Amino acid sequence: MAVVVVWIVEGTWPACVDAARRHAPEDAEIVLLHITGQDIADAAHGAFAGLLGRGHPERDPGTRVEQLAAASAETLLQAAADRLGRPCTRVERTGRAEREVLAATDGADLLVLARDGDRTRVGPPSLAPPGRFVVDHAPCPLLLVWPESAPDLTTLPDRP
Amino acid sequence: MAMLVLVLVCAVVRPFNWPEAVVAVPAAVLVVATGAISPGHALDEAEQLGPVIGFLAAVLVLAQLCDDEGLFQACGAWMARTAAGRPRRLLAQVFLAASAITAVLSLDATVVLLTPVVFATAARLGARPKPHVYACTHLSNTASLLLPVSNLTNLLAFAASGLSFTRFAALMALPWVAAIAVEYVVFRRFFATDLDAGAQAPPTGDAPELPLFALVTVACTLAGFVLTSALGVDPAWAALAGAVVLAVRSLLRRRTTPKALLRSVSVPFLAFVLALGIVVRAVVDNGLDTALGHLLPDGTGLLALLGIAALAAVLANVINNLPAVLVLLPLAATSGPGAVLAVLLGVNIGPNLTYAGSLATLLWRRIVHAHDAEVQLGEFTRLGLYAVPASLCASVLALWASLVVIGA
Repeated sequence: MAVVVVWIVEGTWPACVDAARRHAPEDAEIVLLHITGQDIADAAHGAFAGLLGRGHPERDPGTRVEQLAAASAETLLQAAADRLGRPCTRVERTGRAEREVLAATDGADLLVLARDGDRTRVGPPSLAPPGRFVVDHAPCPLLLVWPESAPDLTTLPDRP
Repeated sequence: MAMLVLVLVCAVVRPFNWPEAVVAVPAAVLVVATGAISPGHALDEAEQLGPVIGFLAAVLVLAQLCDDEGLFQACGAWMARTAAGRPRRLLAQVFLAASAITAVLSLDATVVLLTPVVFATAARLGARPKPHVYACTHLSNTASLLLPVSNLTNLLAFAASGLSFTRFAALMALPWVAAIAVEYVVFRRFFATDLDAGAQAPPTGDAPELPLFALVTVACTLAGFVLTSALGVDPAWAALAGAVVLAVRSLLRRRTTPKALLRSVSVPFLAFVLALGIVVRAVVDNGLDTALGHLLPDGTGLLALLGIAALAAVLANVINNLPAVLVLLPLAATSGPGAVLAVLLGVNIGPNLTYAGSLATLLWRRIVHAHDAEVQLGEFTRLGLYAVPASLCASVLALWASLVVIGA
């Protein structure tokens, strides 16, 4: 059975779910994958660490952010599963997004992802560094979609 | 000097999870006992720090009680509603909220109480939370320039500068606005991609009730600051009055307990500040003043102010802004209030350059706690490299203009 991994990212995920619905084979196993970056909680931990002498580690906002992030990831995957409307597996991982996605696509038959860069014109900047890294290193075929309608080809740079 | 290093290392590393005061207080006693600082000087320092610490305690309690009253939850709901699913607008709301809360209720309130609310709000809208959470951490430093209560460093400088509350605020208003404006421009550009990603309008649930009583109390406390300083009374009394009003109400409504109130006063922290002040005074008395005195530019011209702010920013990153301000204040105070305020610009904006406000903090935490997940420093530091020099320059220029127009 073919395995289709759908990378769910805040703000751009509906396009990926729609693409999976349209293009994944009927009998494919669909995996909805969300990555929670550690950097946001770390920034909160860091800001608290910078407050010298406050003690009370239980007041560390980073810990609270970690809990909130886990809850929000669950909600997001639930929303994605509802939109997909067919049986699927939900996978939540923590770490550097691009590395975790590559690890999760090992052995997959297709990865669905959205452009995560500048969406006003066609061209290489439409991929931000994490998206670029995944596209360049993916071990499986990719389905790369625009989060909304694609910009038209008049945004193509002039011929040199 | 060794004692200061020991106190700082223990404050950063927190061996056995001890409160920082456990090492700092005996160290302060020791420097007095060994004669490194004369009892007269130590008493002098304690007398100067006493009212500052009282002021700080009142503000910490006030912020915690505002949270108990639901002020921060209401703030989150307001941001979600007015952002209307647009991440750029949400960022603007976060800037407004974080700037106001930091200025009035101190940076602790923004870091501890507002940051989780902002994360939850962004998550609820389906927006990428990174720009908004990073904005909280940056503004807790940058937006803490305005009032003496905004930051412990300000309270210390306020006591040393001899300025009145209103004069302090008047001189710092323009630098505060300038620094926040620069941060906003940097954030809009730096996180352009994240802010482009869409978000959904929030589910229209019941908006939480606006905690009017807490808001009015905070507004009255602010008015009290102006009034007390006009009458020549210590503005700490206004903060105390605000905290007492909210505390009595919360106790009557059983929203808080005397024990929780005492915990929000954070006695070990206050003891730590007092002890750190005495140890630093001992180090300054024993030769650090002459060593650093050569480095600190004289006067309050634009270049001198820039030099002072830059030195303060570097020192805040190498050690931490709290000891940095304690070391620099006695030296800057001789050049007048302008120099003292320039020190504040440096120590308040500077910490945004490194992840935990100081390299020392970060390195020690890394070594001692051996974080199993790698800390991603690259992006945060890159953001700091764009934001800190630009906002520091803009705010120093604004301070210089304020000093020329209003006069120290």
